Amino acid sequence: MKKKLDFVNVIIYLLLTVITIVTIYPLLNLLAVSLSEHSAYVMNPLMVIPDRINLLPYKWVFSHPLILSSYKNTLIVTFVGTFFSMFLTSTLAYPLSNRGLRGKGLFMKLIIFTMMFNGGLIPNFYLVRSLGLLDKLWALIIPGSMSGFYVILMKNFFESIPGSLKEAAKIDGASEMFIFARIVIPLSAPILSTLSLFYAVLRWNSFFNAIVYIRDRGKWTLQLLLREIVIISNPLLNDDTSISDIPPENIKYAVIIVAIVPILCLYPFLQKYFVKGIMVGAVKG
Amino acid sequence: MGKFLKVDNNLFHERQKESFLKYVLGNKWLYILLAPGMIYLIIFHYVPIYGILIAFKELNVVKGIWESPWIGLQNFNYLFNSEAFYSILKNSLGFSFLRLLLGFPAPIILALMLNEVRSIAFKRSVQTIIYIPHFISWVVVAGIVSNVLAPTSQGVLNSILGVFGVQPVNLLIKPEYFRQVVISAEIWKQAGWGTIIYLAALSGIDPNLYEAAIVDGANRLKMIWHITLPGIMSTIIVLLILRLGRILSNGFEQIFLLYSPMVYNVADVFETYTYRVGLQEGNFGYATAVGLFQSIVGFILIVGSNKFSKRGNKEGSLW
Repeated sequence: MKKKLDFVNVIIYLLLTVITIVTIYPLLNLLAVSLSEHSAYVMNPLMVIPDRINLLPYKWVFSHPLILSSYKNTLIVTFVGTFFSMFLTSTLAYPLSNRGLRGKGLFMKLIIFTMMFNGGLIPNFYLVRSLGLLDKLWALIIPGSMSGFYVILMKNFFESIPGSLKEAAKIDGASEMFIFARIVIPLSAPILSTLSLFYAVLRWNSFFNAIVYIRDRGKWTLQLLLREIVIISNPLLNDDTSISDIPPENIKYAVIIVAIVPILCLYPFLQKYFVKGIMVGAVKG
Repeated sequence: MGKFLKVDNNLFHERQKESFLKYVLGNKWLYILLAPGMIYLIIFHYVPIYGILIAFKELNVVKGIWESPWIGLQNFNYLFNSEAFYSILKNSLGFSFLRLLLGFPAPIILALMLNEVRSIAFKRSVQTIIYIPHFISWVVVAGIVSNVLAPTSQGVLNSILGVFGVQPVNLLIKPEYFRQVVISAEIWKQAGWGTIIYLAALSGIDPNLYEAAIVDGANRLKMIWHITLPGIMSTIIVLLILRLGRILSNGFEQIFLLYSPMVYNVADVFETYTYRVGLQEGNFGYATAVGLFQSIVGFILIVGSNKFSKRGNKEGSLW
């Protein structure tokens, strides 16, 4: 009996270790290659530890105008977009967390229906076009900025805040607006940081909206640029006069690292929140 | 008599209206807060639903949707009679089938394994690492996939296969492997993240159940089968319903970024097809019809599978 249990343990630990290595290896390889001399890469392309450190590709990446403008656009879209999303999601979720709200059933039905049925690509494109948003960063900020699912998660979280706090404030003459801004929001750090992270990740990584709505290179985001460099291996980098003898692999890997590091940096700070945030929201949902 | 009743009725409605108005005014801040979100929902979700009319019209961009002439079901006739439709339907179902078979159970198995780990430090480290790929964009993942599969010394897969004497092969341009590659990439990217919801459900299982089972002499596999799995069954069913509702949806990015003309015949799905005929070829009406077909099937499936699971158990349904 005892022996058999240990055997199960060994298998589980072994499998999980292999899975973890398979998950992390490609990323370590990207990082190592981006930091190494090209000759070291040629000798050992599967490296995980940087060999003969070389920071020139990074220097080049941070001086390339198209990379910098794409970076700036992604930062704008992510910050403004996440703020916009959180504003819409929380202001909609709060009234719906009030038990007696008249019309609540209808509002909830309208929200849930959008989760099950949508107009599809062309009607959405036509709307954005009619609003004159094509080739504007607003096209990446406004459409798709509110998820019905996240509204429900947040509503469930708000419902879990003790009603007595709100009642006490009401007796003191506080308006619903005051209760929302000064009592409910400060108590909702777990769900606010969780959903901000989710929205920010979606924005940062969004490729589809960018390829549908943006043509102008000046409005490109990081993901469009990455596709050009990583997937198509476009010589766009060559029509730049500043092209040096830096090998394309090193540049490719350096751009990837530069594009994934900011969003990964957010993650450890928010990790303690998101599991809690999902649990509170989902268990009741 | 009838007259009186009518008057009464009117009065009744008037009073209700008044008190409703009074309620709204008394709670005006709640409705003011609600307004931006609802207006957003109407403009960016319900206006595009109105835009579905494009599928039944000969769209004239100058005249707008309403003024454009009707063409009835012409687009749908064309769609259902085209060979492309059946190939896309087959491909979409092919991807979904693999995803249900491999992608859906992956986070469940991973969560069950993590749940058996007693060392908290080990569990934490594994969790921290397997969540990471969720934060990486499909563009980068596609780059990683083509790197890993490269038929040169840079490709990990071919380097490993080479040890066993297998000739280098680029799976990305082999139609018989393309779907497996996409689904594997999806599992790499999302399975770890997918465990969160199951781990949350697992943490809600009453520990007394396990103690009782140990007293009864149950072994570990028996406990997983009789306590752990039933404990997360309602979560599994809810996620399965959502998955079934999306059986024709495969996501645009992963396929668009990995496919090439060599594999179009197995890789083209509703999303990529709509994009190509709608936006690249400018055939708005037809592309809207394709999208509408996909939306309607999805809607029917999600409502239907929810009804079905409601019959079995109340807990495992969505609404």
